[in-house]
Amino acid sequence: MVSNEVAYNSKIEGEVIVTKADAVVNWIRKHSVWPMPMGLACCAIELMASAASRYDISRFGMEVMRFSPRQSDCMIVAGTVTYKMAEVVRRIYDQMGDPKWVVAMGACASTGGMYRSYAVMQGVDNIVPVDVYVSGCPPRPEALLDAMMKLQDKIGNEPSTSRLLQARNTSMV
Amino acid sequence: MIDKDFIEDLLKKHPYSNVKHQNDCLTLSCPAQQIIDLTTELRDQQTFDLLVDLTAVDQGEAVENRFMVVIHLYSCIHHDYIRIHSDCTDNESPEFPSIHSVYPAANWHEREAFDMFGIVFTGHPNLKRILMWDEYPYFPLRKEFPLAGIDVPLPADDVVEVTQASVEPAPMMGGPFVSSGQGFMSDAEPRAKDESWTEKKEKPV
Ligand code: SF4
Repeated sequence: MVSNEVAYNSKIEGEVIVTKADAVVNWIRKHSVWPMPMGLACCAIELMASAASRYDISRFGMEVMRFSPRQSDCMIVAGTVTYKMAEVVRRIYDQMGDPKWVVAMGACASTGGMYRSYAVMQGVDNIVPVDVYVSGCPPRPEALLDAMMKLQDKIGNEPSTSRLLQARNTSMV
Repeated sequence: MIDKDFIEDLLKKHPYSNVKHQNDCLTLSCPAQQIIDLTTELRDQQTFDLLVDLTAVDQGEAVENRFMVVIHLYSCIHHDYIRIHSDCTDNESPEFPSIHSVYPAANWHEREAFDMFGIVFTGHPNLKRILMWDEYPYFPLRKEFPLAGIDVPLPADDVVEVTQASVEPAPMMGGPFVSSGQGFMSDAEPRAKDESWTEKKEKPV
């Protein structure tokens, strides 16, 4: 069985750890997700609750909320994306460094939610690629934590090394 | 106190205004040209010093004066409200005098009424859209505007180039948010009145 886990048995391996580059890179990435709180409406309140002491998102290694896109790698779109705001959301996404992920939190960010109206974009996936959708209006903090753990699983299975090599090759050309 | 004497006195001073019967608070009608005069008097002489709200109503194309501006004033002395109804004259390109000079708080309210109804407030210092983006071509709260919206390009060209996104009418099928308002609740509720484009019905070209 091919495992992506980092395993180390000191009796067998001594001071050497044998593993795959992907496993190491992903292990590092998924335990240091720095979310960018894109709080646009009521869901943002629930996002704050997830970060506060009761639900404590830091238990899962992603509590470092950064309000600058340049310092973060996971945009949590929490709230209603209006057409007027869509441009801003995309620009902030563009300013985030690779690798980056997007979580659409709540019905509004996922599909437009209850706002079937002229002013609301029917899902943020119209402008940015979404990795995880969270249902609920608003989702409970547990649901967000679950989504973030799903995202960690997803990061854990990415072909990071080949992507890194690819990026290096294209940038060298 | 807003009592009979107060109202009589007010009407005597402003013969152009009328009392409209409303259940909650004193409601006056006033022609658009006299609105500055009336509000100035209410502010300075009658202590109605607080502008609570300024908005507009679209009464539909069939009505002679389609657009009506509604102003709510509050007096911190009387502890009571006054409402003023005032019709805009032109139905095609409605205009209304800005009361920004009397109540500076009217600034954003008038911008909102302009944004949603297209009422031009003459004399307003900064009359531009406040909710929709500047280039938006429609006035969404007018009666003929469909709730779902109308196709227009997104305001940012570079974002459109990357994402191919645009402003599209929202799908209305099965939305429980607009009641058809007729018949039994079970028939009326989950259907939208405005189904110009749904999953089942093709978008009209
Ligand atoms: S999904 Fe519900 S709670 Fe979240 S932003 Fe939309 S309306 Fe608010």
